[in-house]
Amino acid sequence: MRWIWIDKLLVFRSGEFARAIKNLTLAEEHLHDHFPGYPVMPASLIIEGLAQTGGILVGEAGGFTEKVVLAKIPRAEFFGVACAGDQLIYEVTLKDLRSEGAVVEAKAFLNGELLADVEIVFAHLDNSRANQIFGPKNFVFTQQLLGVLDLAKARERAREAATSAEPDPESNGLPHQPASSA
Amino acid sequence: MPTNEEIYAKVQTTLVDALGVDEDEVTRAATLQGDLGAESIDFLDIVFRLERNFGIKIPRGELFPENLMADPEWVSDGKLTAKGLAELKSRLPFADLSKFEADPDLERIGDLYTVDMLVHYVQSKLAA
Repeated sequence: MRWIWIDKLLVFRSGEFARAIKNLTLAEEHLHDHFPGYPVMPASLIIEGLAQTGGILVGEAGGFTEKVVLAKIPRAEFFGVACAGDQLIYEVTLKDLRSEGAVVEAKAFLNGELLADVEIVFAHLDNSRANQIFGPKNFVFTQQLLGVLDLAKARERAREAATSAEPDPESNGLPHQPASSA
Repeated sequence: MPTNEEIYAKVQTTLVDALGVDEDEVTRAATLQGDLGAESIDFLDIVFRLERNFGIKIPRGELFPENLMADPEWVSDGKLTAKGLAELKSRLPFADLSKFEADPDLERIGDLYTVDMLVHYVQSKLAA
């Protein structure tokens, strides 16, 4: 299993905001156990997807020089469930960023309705100590996870090359698609 | 400039949100770690919330200093030396060290972090 809980970035405004998609399918093993006959996306994995979206937002704001780790979830509220076949939209806003870490507001939407409202605190691992334990390699931002951002950038470049129109200022370099697009 | 009581009320809200404790637990004398169960990662959350709620800037290490006891001259037999105490005073001018000075046991440093200490800290920042 690849530990990537978002499928695509739709919007990426550096240091501000990111919107991502997570499609739920019965190809995901865990949905067969959670629960047999009633495939519900576990709330913890929705939080993980929100944290990955937020982690990329926080990491990119610092040029990916920091090891950004999920430190704390002060608040998480869920208002429903998402099942196989559903498409979740994750929206993450960077509220605060400082040298020790960051805090984001993260929301998940299903069919335009708020499904989850979560606050996430990230910490920047102390570089000197983290390097002693984990080595200099940035284990948080693996190429697998960053591939999501790379793909979004590549799509944006292709879109810009294909059209001479001015880019949508809302997208800040990345394509903006309506939440309903599949 | 808000009154001491207004600052206390806002600090209470801050700690209720950050630590998930009840408001009546957040007395002025309550210690962050011992009484309210704060862990090290909560300090970062508290710093974020104090900055937002009071519109202040808290430089890294000012409220929760790092490597406080790094110098071997500051500690002897698990207690702070006179030099160590002087260092602590200069780093935490908003803390009440009167009781701690009588028995400057390293393990009691956490008890300096009370709700009232946060109120004093915020008050000093707002007055600056």
